Amino acid sequence: MTAPLMQHHILEYPGGYTRSVGPAVGRYLSGLRDGHIVGVTGSDGRVLVPPTGYDPVTAATLEDYVPVGPAGTVTAFTWVNQPRPGKHHLTHPFAFALVRPDGSDTAMLHVVDAGSPDAMSIGMRVAPRWAPARRGYVTDLEAWVPLADGETPVPAPPNTNEDVSTEPVTGIVTPISLAYDINAGVAASKYLRALSEKRIVGQRAKGSDDVYVPPRGTDPTTGAPTEIEVEVGQVGTVTTYCVVNIPGLSENSPEIPYVCAQILLDGAHTAWFGLVQGLPADEVRMGVRVRAVWADDPGPDARSIKWFEPTGEPDAPYDDYKAYA
Amino acid sequence: MGSGIREVAVVGFAQLTALEDREHNEVELIIPAVQGALADAGMERHEIGFTISGSCDYLSGGPFTFVSGLDAAGAWPPVKESHVEMDAAWALYEAWVAIQTGDVDSALIYGFGKSSLGDLHEIMGLQADPYVVAPLWPSMVDMAALQASAFLAATDYTESDLCAIAARSRRAAVDNPYAVRVEDATAQELLARPVTHTPLRDSDIAPITDGSAAIIIATREIADARCERPAYIRGIDHRVDAQGLGLRDLATSASTKLAAQGAGVSNGPVDVAEIHAQFSHEELILKEALGLDDAVVVNPSGGPLGANPVMATGLIRIGEVAARIRSGSANRGVAHASQGPCLQQNLVCVLEGDQ
Repeated sequence: MTAPLMQHHILEYPGGYTRSVGPAVGRYLSGLRDGHIVGVTGSDGRVLVPPTGYDPVTAATLEDYVPVGPAGTVTAFTWVNQPRPGKHHLTHPFAFALVRPDGSDTAMLHVVDAGSPDAMSIGMRVAPRWAPARRGYVTDLEAWVPLADGETPVPAPPNTNEDVSTEPVTGIVTPISLAYDINAGVAASKYLRALSEKRIVGQRAKGSDDVYVPPRGTDPTTGAPTEIEVEVGQVGTVTTYCVVNIPGLSENSPEIPYVCAQILLDGAHTAWFGLVQGLPADEVRMGVRVRAVWADDPGPDARSIKWFEPTGEPDAPYDDYKAYA
Repeated sequence: MGSGIREVAVVGFAQLTALEDREHNEVELIIPAVQGALADAGMERHEIGFTISGSCDYLSGGPFTFVSGLDAAGAWPPVKESHVEMDAAWALYEAWVAIQTGDVDSALIYGFGKSSLGDLHEIMGLQADPYVVAPLWPSMVDMAALQASAFLAATDYTESDLCAIAARSRRAAVDNPYAVRVEDATAQELLARPVTHTPLRDSDIAPITDGSAAIIIATREIADARCERPAYIRGIDHRVDAQGLGLRDLATSASTKLAAQGAGVSNGPVDVAEIHAQFSHEELILKEALGLDDAVVVNPSGGPLGANPVMATGLIRIGEVAARIRSGSANRGVAHASQGPCLQQNLVCVLEGDQ
């Protein structure tokens, strides 16, 4: 068996997601920035930390914010042997824990920097270790640390972050990046491998004449597997198009204006999305006949076809492609 | 169930699992399940009134993967279709409701997930609160371990009890051709292995699994005509707990208890239960919340500890119970599905054969 076609893929939004935090979480994060922990009194008198904007039982609006802590008690924990770089803010082993701050009736999920799993136990007393530079983020409380008998929590040092506002926190930016290794699948692999041989190969299901290209492994009308391979033409008809006047973000983007088109390849029954070059944008039209222009070094990659250019043939009559327009 | 409720039965079921499938893409993973469920029901695609799937785009990191997933089910002429970004057990619930409206008489439900493409445990952690929890990057396993920690602290159970569940599940999975992790080991042997996520061991954690499942449900009129012994849905309900992990008692599952009451679990004897426990301790919490005694056979398939094709795992629980009723080896059973960190959302379905 040939090796599967794989593609490494990172899912992220450059700079991170910008989130509005609302009044309750905003109050909590403002508190962390200023070096204290804020809870809210619920409808039944329970103190909830982190505060919620609405009561979890009655849904009543909650606004009775109260200070809690600074010390707390561990109610559950698990040890993390290998912190993940770029994700966990501590770079050495630590515990995730549920910590109930003094004066609170609920526990909050955070980290305990205890050095060793042997130092962790349920019921242990902990105190906040504050980050010196705080910005209104959950890691302003850098970690909970063990608090020995008779020891008192160390207050937060003055904030060394000179750029930070003293106004209530209204938003945060959360970076999220996820890594994947995607596999193309059977049908797409056959199609992609054919591209490296400068061939375009679609598929059809038994009992159907409809050829799908690129193939996805099924006939999308019936769900039947498409097990029959069909090589289609490299010449086709523009069924519809769009003139793009907005510059692309990639440095490989064509100069504007450029034309994106749906191209019905001869022998195929689904239109294909491609670029049209070699024809001024204002001369591109439905029915114009075009041919694939291959990259110099085609591979199992959709970019092996650079674009389509006019063949010079007469335009296809509308009736020939109207079912696909 | 009260009057005015249409009787609906499971009439077809198929599943497909692999430890790490690098050959097929998601669509190709769904095709055999859909075709298999249709064949099992003796129905053609065009006879199906409603089509619905459950999946999670984050598993493969692409937007709207469920739309291409529909290619595997066939959608022309245009079909009545829906999707839930939940385990497909919730899709089955929506399909059941659609049949109750009288609008349709049958439904195809499928769930799929290739959880081996990314870091499943990290991805699922993003279900947590995005302001104060997710930025700390606790994984799905870290959060489950916190629940296990809270559970053991609140009860008399020990790590040895967790290993007993893992051992029983792995042994039961030996007979399940769809299980991806099987082992004939004793609880003592598992207990001797290292703790990986205090207090959990690797054997307490469901394996990463790629897979899919499909179920066909239909009204009594269709079911009795197509199926020798349909598995009737006698009750189905789902509930959700508060989002904040600290806001709920992690040693219990209030939402499961309510869903079990709503589905009528205690209205008759339970022969078999398939429980969506991705971690050993979850089975103990859920068994208690479902009100099941020790006479009930739990997860004879090996359960999620044997195979965990995320977004199909819950639907498979319903399929496994239905299969046992249809084969006559059980008459009344309970299927449970869960979603979200630390069992946040729970669905309970009671299935029964005609006497």
